[in-house]
Amino acid sequence: MDQSIAQSEVKAAEPGAQASFLRKNMREYGILIALVVIMAFFQFATDGILMRPVNLTNLVLQNSYIVIMAVGMLLVIVSGHIDLSVGSVLGFVGALAAVMIVQWDVNFVLAAIVCLAVGAAIGAAQGFWVAYYRIPSFIVTLAGMLVFKGLTLWLLAGQSVGPFPPTFQLISSGFVPDLFGGENFNVFSLVAGVCLATLLLYLAARARRQEHQRGLVEEPFAFFLVKNVMIFAAIVYVSFLMATFRGLPNVFIVMALLIAIYSFVANRTTIGRRIYAIGGNEKAAKLSGIRTERLVFLTFANMGMLAALAGLVFAARLNTATPKAGLAFELDVIAAVFIGGASMSGGVGTIVGAVIGAFIMGVMNNGMSILGIGIDYQQVIKGLVLLAAVIFDVYNKNKG
Amino acid sequence: MDTILEMRGITKEFPGVRALDNVSFKVRRGEIHALVGENGAGKSTLMKVLSGVYPHGQYEGDIVYDGDVKSFSGISDSERDGIVIIHQELALVPLLSIAENIFLGNERATRGVIDWHETNRRTAQLLARVGLSERPETKVAHLGLGKQQLVEIAKALSKEVRLLILDEPTSSLNERDSDALLQLLSEFRDRGISSILISHKLNEVSKVADTITVLRDGAAVSTLDCAAGAVSEDRVIRDMVGRSLSDRYPSRTPNIGEVVMEVRNWTVHHPIDSQRKVVDDVSFNLRRGEVLGIAGLMGAGRTELAMSLFGRSYGTGIKGEAVINGEKSDISSVPKAIKAGLAYATEDRKTYGLVLDQTIRRNVPLANLEAVARGAVVDKHLEGEVAEEYRRKINIKTPSIEQATINLSGGNQQKVVLSKWLFADPDILILDEPTRGIDVGAKFEIYTIIRDLAAAGKSLIVISSEMPELLGITDRLYVMDKGRFVGEMASADATQEKIMSTIIKAGG
Ligand SMILES: Nc1ncnc2c1ncn2[C@@H]1O[C@H](COP(=O)(O)OP(=O)(O)OP(=O)(O)O)[C@@H](O)[C@H]1O
Ligand SMILES: [Mg+2]
Repeated sequence: MDQSIAQSEVKAAEPGAQASFLRKNMREYGILIALVVIMAFFQFATDGILMRPVNLTNLVLQNSYIVIMAVGMLLVIVSGHIDLSVGSVLGFVGALAAVMIVQWDVNFVLAAIVCLAVGAAIGAAQGFWVAYYRIPSFIVTLAGMLVFKGLTLWLLAGQSVGPFPPTFQLISSGFVPDLFGGENFNVFSLVAGVCLATLLLYLAARARRQEHQRGLVEEPFAFFLVKNVMIFAAIVYVSFLMATFRGLPNVFIVMALLIAIYSFVANRTTIGRRIYAIGGNEKAAKLSGIRTERLVFLTFANMGMLAALAGLVFAARLNTATPKAGLAFELDVIAAVFIGGASMSGGVGTIVGAVIGAFIMGVMNNGMSILGIGIDYQQVIKGLVLLAAVIFDVYNKNKG
Repeated sequence: MDTILEMRGITKEFPGVRALDNVSFKVRRGEIHALVGENGAGKSTLMKVLSGVYPHGQYEGDIVYDGDVKSFSGISDSERDGIVIIHQELALVPLLSIAENIFLGNERATRGVIDWHETNRRTAQLLARVGLSERPETKVAHLGLGKQQLVEIAKALSKEVRLLILDEPTSSLNERDSDALLQLLSEFRDRGISSILISHKLNEVSKVADTITVLRDGAAVSTLDCAAGAVSEDRVIRDMVGRSLSDRYPSRTPNIGEVVMEVRNWTVHHPIDSQRKVVDDVSFNLRRGEVLGIAGLMGAGRTELAMSLFGRSYGTGIKGEAVINGEKSDISSVPKAIKAGLAYATEDRKTYGLVLDQTIRRNVPLANLEAVARGAVVDKHLEGEVAEEYRRKINIKTPSIEQATINLSGGNQQKVVLSKWLFADPDILILDEPTRGIDVGAKFEIYTIIRDLAAAGKSLIVISSEMPELLGITDRLYVMDKGRFVGEMASADATQEKIMSTIIKAGG
């Protein structure tokens, strides 16, 4: 141990240490910097509309279902697979919710639970073929995409079904009530934001201190400071902006929880470790006693459940279920995960990266719409950004 | 003899490692020049610099080839000058034929249309030159490793090779195939083709080499001329590890107890050709504290036997039973086999051993994650400590445990695979070619670990193609041939001749 302490101190003292650390972690910083730059650009180009509280709230709401699915998709892609069916599953579950709640008068809590279960079952059914029969996931989920697109049409009989009762809409359009009774300003949101930011800062500092004790610190202090101060400031600022509007949306809380839980699962648990190992080298993972089939199966079931959750959020937001819901969403979700640094061949990628990737896509959608850029150009630009991000990745990897 | 190649002051750095430090290296025309050194000494890296895998600009120093300073920008560039490298890990496409592989990227074609007749004719010629009697249309997947190695060499010949680089060509060959290959190199020498041979098998190095260069920690420490008289292996070892090694095998007093595992009538069929028996009615037993060896030629079915025992990881239609500690045990999946106390460290580290993109820290505990976790949560610090412990214990050469295993030298990758299974703490450990690609010093360390495990009451099965190693470290030997056990002997009474004659008798 003492040997490695000496080593890391020597390393940190070297003049080129900061540059070499940056080079090594280019990907992680790169994507964060890209998000900041893109936001700054649109903030400037839209004369400050982008960061207006109303728009910011809107941006979060618009993106929530992509983020929710990106979290699940990241695990699927890390395990070396892909799920093309998520858009159709989202649409199907939205339709199912509408039929149950609007047409059959089922209680919305019960309906939501049934919908999540159905989503998980759909994911499990696809995962079954992928995991136990080794049918390529591309094919299985392509089939799923067609099947559930068709079933959505059938379920809705080609019509839109709505509106939902107000209580159900709250999933998407509700805001966290101000427990401190602020008037035009949601004090609770700000307090929650500050608490969250402080918690993150504390956790980061604690982790760094522990690493330091064990002599494993690599990140130069300046980087640590700038990164964490930036994150702190960003969270406080965003919650302040939201507080001046209507406070934190309910969905925001759901998203934050999902991100926290899944990051923890991916980074810190044995399940997470094993999923990364499967994607990295399935044969070696299997020979190490990892139940590869079962984990792949569960990853797909989880994806189905998250797609169902996204379906509920989306239906509640539109306040109606339409046969077109979810069309081509899988593309945005998959793009977000790859922009976030995941590798096509599996084994590589982070939850936070995928979430940032989703927000990069979201900010671009939102910013370009405000600027009145046509949907045609929007597609082209998004496509090019995806390509650029992946080229950057590959270039970095070859150089390193 | 004049000089065909001179590398001057070569320095190559990776983040955190200086793999080569001002190395100078000279090869004379028409000689066999051996390059030896410990794992991670920089042998493969030096050859990658030479062949353009690391192009000009990514290293410092000069390459002078045939009197000209060269700056290769890629492999194809160096191949044009007749420098051909055969890497540590073979790079043939298994589902293509021999002929297709040999002319891959260099097709015999007129305006994009392949001339199969010419391709096969040329292939037949080349195969004759390397002494391989196979049809050009045979798929590479059907060939054993020894023959695949010959195909690689035939491929090199097709490129008008003048300087042939072989990175550990014999590490996975048995003696007979190795001898054939070395014989071939001598023939090439007579025709004026120079070769650079990297190997950890010092006996074969001293057999064929004209000159030996020893690398240590990225520096060339000595160049020994064999023309002036045979160079002793001890001398080479002393230069390699910086001290002399009095014994090749640690001494040991076996303390063998009761039978811990008994395998009866084990039969395994080929996964695709399910009529073919790969393991045929094998029965054996293993005792506590015993080191059991399985000898045999490449393709005898030893790996297949081991993998089929370890959670049916190989084959179909597996029949037979395994009794562990007196009970008939269920080892029908890898998790169950691990639970029954079994472990299998693979010979094929890249395919079955490592998650290459991940760090040493993550690879070492992979087969026993529970031991570094509280509940379902991995304790990162404990994980780091475990990896660090093994790095020190079996001397994995790396700047830190945060290094991705893909960046380790071949021998050090092998050590990570071993660490993983040692950490799983099995009662019965099957080691498949545990010292493949490992340097002499580290071999001794691994033998010591094997001895200590046996002394602690564990049982080991060692599969190895190096007979001296089997004779040196095991207590008892089974001889396997064509899927069957054809002989059993106490290692103390065994000799290489005795093993070979058992095989030949069984084959006849
Ligand atoms: N791509 C890489 N990135 C980082 N380090 C590397 C890389 N390739 C090699 N190294 C390091 O360079 C050193 C020399 O490696 P090299 O593969 O040349 O060793 P070697 O002498 O061939 O060993 P072996 O006998 O085990 O094959 C090792 O310490 C290795 O970890
Ligand atoms: Mg090597």
